[in-house]
Amino acid sequence: MSAGSSSFLEHAPLAARDWVVSIFPAPLQWLVHHLITIVGVLAVFGLFFAFLTVVERKLLGRIQNRYGPNRTGPFGLLQPFADAVKALTKEDIVPARADKLLHFLAPVVVCTFALMTFAVIPFGRELIPVELDAAVLYFFAAGAATELAIFMAGWSSRNKYSLLAAMRALAQLISYELPLLLTVIPVVMLAGTLSTQHIVLAQEGWTFGVIPHWNILTPWGALGFVIFLIATLAETNRSPFDLPEAESELIAGHLTEYSGFKYALFFMAEYFGMTALCGLGVTLFLGGWQAPCEFLQFIPSYVWFGVKLFALVLVLIWIRGTLLRLRIDQLTRLSWKFLVPLALINLLNAAFWFVSADLPWPGQIARWGISIALVVLPFISIGRRLSAGLGPRTYHYA
Amino acid sequence: MIALAIIAALMLASAALALSRRNLIHSALLLIFTWAGIAAFYLWAGAEFIAFAQVLIYVGAVSMIVLFAVLLTRRGEEPEIARDSRRRVIPALIAGAAVAGVIGYAVLATPFDLPDGRAPAIQVRQLGFQLMGPQIVSLLVAGVVLTVALIGATILASTEPERRASDDNARGAPPEEKR
Amino acid sequence: MLGSGILKGLAVTAKNLVGSYHDPERLVTVEYPEKRLPLPEAYRNFPFLVTENAEDPMGTLRCVACQICEKECPPQCIYIEKSKDKKPDAAGKLQLYPAIFDIDTSVCMSCQICVEVCPFDAIKMDQVFEIAASNRFTDLLLHREQLAKPNSYFHQIHPTDAAEVDARLAADRKAAEEKAKAAAAAAAAKAAQAKPAPTPAAPATPTPKPSDAPSAEAPKPPPPAA
Repeated sequence: MSAGSSSFLEHAPLAARDWVVSIFPAPLQWLVHHLITIVGVLAVFGLFFAFLTVVERKLLGRIQNRYGPNRTGPFGLLQPFADAVKALTKEDIVPARADKLLHFLAPVVVCTFALMTFAVIPFGRELIPVELDAAVLYFFAAGAATELAIFMAGWSSRNKYSLLAAMRALAQLISYELPLLLTVIPVVMLAGTLSTQHIVLAQEGWTFGVIPHWNILTPWGALGFVIFLIATLAETNRSPFDLPEAESELIAGHLTEYSGFKYALFFMAEYFGMTALCGLGVTLFLGGWQAPCEFLQFIPSYVWFGVKLFALVLVLIWIRGTLLRLRIDQLTRLSWKFLVPLALINLLNAAFWFVSADLPWPGQIARWGISIALVVLPFISIGRRLSAGLGPRTYHYA
Repeated sequence: MIALAIIAALMLASAALALSRRNLIHSALLLIFTWAGIAAFYLWAGAEFIAFAQVLIYVGAVSMIVLFAVLLTRRGEEPEIARDSRRRVIPALIAGAAVAGVIGYAVLATPFDLPDGRAPAIQVRQLGFQLMGPQIVSLLVAGVVLTVALIGATILASTEPERRASDDNARGAPPEEKR
Repeated sequence: MLGSGILKGLAVTAKNLVGSYHDPERLVTVEYPEKRLPLPEAYRNFPFLVTENAEDPMGTLRCVACQICEKECPPQCIYIEKSKDKKPDAAGKLQLYPAIFDIDTSVCMSCQICVEVCPFDAIKMDQVFEIAASNRFTDLLLHREQLAKPNSYFHQIHPTDAAEVDARLAADRKAAEEKAKAAAAAAAAKAAQAKPAPTPAAPATPTPKPSDAPSAEAPKPPPPAA
């Protein structure tokens, strides 16, 4: 079972950190220890962000039958550095009537809190920056403060349209906070703890050595994961929920009056938020750093985490290239009328799953059957009920 | 102790500034900073769960309510507080001293039995068992209050009568009421 | 079922994504300037002057400075100055030639009217579009030397047109040559007929020489008969 836990590669990052820490004198060691952790996370996820912007543009291009950026460097891989130079050298325009302090603070706050959420995601078997008992709650607490920053951005621009768009963005974020939290609660309930590392450990084990016990492979987990994915898209303002910042909606929404590096910071914060929420999704539903099959454990745990994270982010890019933007009333209706009832029924489903965990063998089949029915039937009935009257359009041509 | 002093100083400073700013939005944001300071105080005291819950609820949700309320109800361009508050200095000092005296007496005169040494770190699990066990009544009452508030808000917010989709284009009847 | 449209859409984009790596239909980008799309034959940009051969461009311009294109050009972007002397053109006939032939490409609208009205097939439409210049008033005004391109180039860019023009010109020359030969033969026959009859006036007409060069020139009027 723990064949992978004592391999050299597995321990390599921590061993490297301990070696560097041992160079410094004793009073400074705790500082160096934490600094290395912070710098490591920032470096890895900073490079991931840079790499992700190129990959997203190239994949979106391929989906749209064109090449992505391929002029800067081989296959366009140096594009993020070109973008960074562009963002840094653009003129930083602050409107004359804007509230200068808030205008300056908004991107700082949003980036800070987006980065703070990385502290509780387990990247590997022993690679978690801060081991907290209430890690999931910390994650959402840090994420909630980013909403404040969006409001600050919209209001400090002293622009009616920015303010309106900031209100819309806030409405969207608040609406989708509920399904997000409601899908996380069953996971916490079944793992019995709020600590992310323990949630990953609760998903260990393989049936017949090949089928992992991840939460996504349970009925309530599958629906929960889908709702979590939709809520992630909405929380990070990504298509199809990118109404707040789309180019054709109120110019750029709450980001209208931002240019240069501040705009780049908002952009970075969006990608960091997306990465962090995908990381949480991997932790809660996809088994974190666990390998999918028993014999694949020789690959280090952080590699598995990276692979799963990248796969989830690719799914988000795929969805971005496919779906149309939703209007604000369609967004909020989707959340309140569809996702919240489904998430509540999912909670019930997970509770049933938890309670019936110890049934003998024939009972297990009934357990799966009832659980699947509790997923499929509400989905179909609520979906039918809500799309009544919104049938396929009949076009009448003159 | 130094950490507590710094946190307390920051909290008091931001609260004082929040009271004295003319711009309503600035006051609201400084108040939010004060709430974050309270969360830092909880962290210093070792109550992690409460600290994160404080951030999530106050900074994440109550701040939204305050800001929305300020923005949706002001009429003028700049939200400003009346400037003629100089005459009210003496009554303000008297009221402030009275409140400070009452609270200070209440704090100093209550015997808190403090255990020696560090406070035990309560696990979230035990908090959960406490909430679901001996303290279940408060949890249920809070749930009922929240549900009532939510239903009330929904009823207050729904101002348009329901329109059935089948009425719109099937019969082509004139709308029932002018909006 | 709710969501089936989304899944179908995701399948379409996935097919696009995967197909773009191996299916040329799914990646239609032409990476200009390394690769270019082939231009259609009728594509036109700015005019050029046709010369018969490449070795002596100024001497073999088909243009005879008739100034019809200058008058017909809608934005009046052609400026022609006739020469003072006459030079033999490609067919040997003495013609005027343009001393100055300027086209202002910043004004030209590629309407092709100059090509349509030219009676000598001297000006045709070129296909070059990568002629960005850095100075609007000097570099965009093309002179005679820059506009002259040989007939072989014309064949390259407009093969059917060039073939048709060449055939027509050759036919015209042949017809003119035939006509000149016939006129010469008629004149010779007339002279031979007039020779035996004695006339009190001037002596017998000298036999008219047959024309040397096969040209499309108008036949010379026969020498005055006595």
